[in-house]
Amino acid sequence: MRVALFITCFNDLLFPEVGQAVVRLLRRLGHEVEFPAGQTCCGQIQFNTGYRDACVPLVRRFAETFAGFDAVVTPSPSCAAMVRHHHATVAREAGDPRLPAAVAEVAPRVHDLTEFLVDVLGVTDVGARFPHTVAFHPTCHSVRLLGIGDRPQRLLTAVEGLTLVDMPGADECCGFGGTFAVKNVDTSVAMGADKVAAIRSTGAEVLTSADTSCLMHLGGLLSRGRASVRVMHLAQILAGDDR
Amino acid sequence: MSEATRPSGVREPLPTFAGTPPFPEAAKAALADAQLRRNLRRATTTIRTKRASAIAERDDWEELRLAGAAIKDDVLARLPELLVELEANVTAAGGTVHWARDAAEANAIVASIVHDHGATEVVKVKSMVTQEIELNDALAREGIVAWETDLAELIVQLGHDLPSHILVPAIHRNRREVRQIFVEEMAKAGRPAPADLSDDPRALAEAARLHLREKFLRAKVAISGANFAVAETGTVVIVESEGNGRMCLTLPDTLITVMGIEKLVPTWRDLEVFLQLLPRSSTAERMNPYTSMWTGVTPGDGPQAFHLVLLDNGRVDTLSDPVGRQALRCIKCSACLNVCPVYERIGGHAYGSPYPGPIGAILTPQLRGIARHAVDEQTASLPYASSLCGACFEVCPVRIDIPEVLVHLRAQVVRQHGWRARTLTEEAAMMGALGVVFGSSRRLDAAERLAGLGGRLFGHRGRIGRLRLPGLLGAWFRGRDLRVPARTSFRRWWSGQGRTRR
Repeated sequence: MRVALFITCFNDLLFPEVGQAVVRLLRRLGHEVEFPAGQTCCGQIQFNTGYRDACVPLVRRFAETFAGFDAVVTPSPSCAAMVRHHHATVAREAGDPRLPAAVAEVAPRVHDLTEFLVDVLGVTDVGARFPHTVAFHPTCHSVRLLGIGDRPQRLLTAVEGLTLVDMPGADECCGFGGTFAVKNVDTSVAMGADKVAAIRSTGAEVLTSADTSCLMHLGGLLSRGRASVRVMHLAQILAGDDR
Repeated sequence: MSEATRPSGVREPLPTFAGTPPFPEAAKAALADAQLRRNLRRATTTIRTKRASAIAERDDWEELRLAGAAIKDDVLARLPELLVELEANVTAAGGTVHWARDAAEANAIVASIVHDHGATEVVKVKSMVTQEIELNDALAREGIVAWETDLAELIVQLGHDLPSHILVPAIHRNRREVRQIFVEEMAKAGRPAPADLSDDPRALAEAARLHLREKFLRAKVAISGANFAVAETGTVVIVESEGNGRMCLTLPDTLITVMGIEKLVPTWRDLEVFLQLLPRSSTAERMNPYTSMWTGVTPGDGPQAFHLVLLDNGRVDTLSDPVGRQALRCIKCSACLNVCPVYERIGGHAYGSPYPGPIGAILTPQLRGIARHAVDEQTASLPYASSLCGACFEVCPVRIDIPEVLVHLRAQVVRQHGWRARTLTEEAAMMGALGVVFGSSRRLDAAERLAGLGGRLFGHRGRIGRLRLPGLLGAWFRGRDLRVPARTSFRRWWSGQGRTRR
């Protein structure tokens, strides 16, 4: 099985340790990943803000870069959902007769990391140890758009020593929302502040999630509030990272 | 406008949504109101929990949603023929059907019917569509006083306020505020509130009943909206909780119903689906207390004159958009408002329309003609008033994919405003820059190295704190820190040691 890693622009620039954790985790499970160097961005920021034209070259680049792989794994359910659900829309509107077929070839092979582990590799116990209390934020796009269900929680509860705590209002949006975070900054921060209060009420040492984008927002709020909660992507816990 | 045309003592002009600033600005003002946030949080979380348990009782809920969506799509596809069928059946049953292209036409039709009956006041059933066309204001200009009889609408009217929720227009008020409004305002509009009025909900409801009763018994003309109209028989349907609607629909001699053209269902059998979907989604009840249905007029029983005003007001334009038209499936249940994390914190007024929340964010711009022409800045801000969390789509009883329509309308806003509009300039420039950077992995690598350098300049202990920057980038730092961009990006790491390290 040829597996490609789609790192996403967020992780590439701001959180390279998330990508490194994915590579380490998959190698430990016996799978080598490739990193096609032509990859850049899935176009979600542009699509969700209304810049459809700007998405077309990115959708084309994605389809070309990841053609021929058996699976494309990404540590971002939100970006996976963009590719699986919206690349076809962009391709249809683009007026390039070959693009829809190229997208249809690649898009279904794109998996969020938790889907790849549970559905493709059939693993829930990845052999990690993480002796800490952890609050899990189920991101809106992972649950409502991609439909990954409780895969992250199943993976987390199988980690040795890990205590998963219940978070009040867990299914409510954290307020990130892409460019919503800056276009409607006051509302975004108000939503985030309530989420941060919920996180702190659990007493968890670590906040984790399957997506870095929400964590960037919540981490920024926690940092501004001088909270001691550590913020880690799910992949880092599963890879056994423990700073 | 003369004072005589107003309820005595009401001096200021009726409030309207005109002049609402763009959403981010209106939201900022609403967020500063701590009492409003407490009222909203309490109300929305209560009804959210109740709705969830009402839905959980039904194991065929998803089938009902699919049926509801399919019936409404069929109605929208066959609207012209169904409307003509409705008109024929209403007329055959003794009613009169009027067609109105827009708010002004509808208001003029209603005012002229009221004048024809020599009335100077009307009682109203709670109705969204008459809020949409600002009927009360139009009637006041014609010397006609319109009395709202729904409890929450009464609170809004007496408080010289605007509705902030589809189902519970006074959701932004708590009972202490309601008591205050009753004590201060009821006497100016009719029977005063009891001298010893408490803020006990039962006492407040009783005060409203006594106040309204004299209006019900006096009114010669009633005005309603419609929840549904059955084309095959010409029957109009109103569902409600309080019984004020039943009073309006049965006591006066003349009944005028204003109805958006999308409110049709083809047959009685179709109605069955919606009478299950609506109460559970709306009030979290298995069945609403009052369902009134009437077909034209019945000699000797109820209103002896019935007028049905069919309103377009942007609906045909909305119908012309294959993605956006699903908004017309809406049955105005307000479930999307109650689960929306933005609505919960901002309330309804910031949306600048009687249709607030997620459905308002997709309906208002379309009714205002976004499919045909560029819209004003406030309207253009509405599709962005969402984090795209998708909770609205999850609860919608007619499966309106609200996030899909929001993103679709954002694309229309960008296409129409392009690089011109003031608010979009910086954003468009950023999107252009991202296009250049993401257009080549070599350029992305260079940009990442530059960002890494910037992070080392501005960062402190791995984070960038209170950075004073203008515009969208600066907005990030208003409430949040940012992790410093990595010294070594993932792709750098990979091309170095990552590829081979075991």
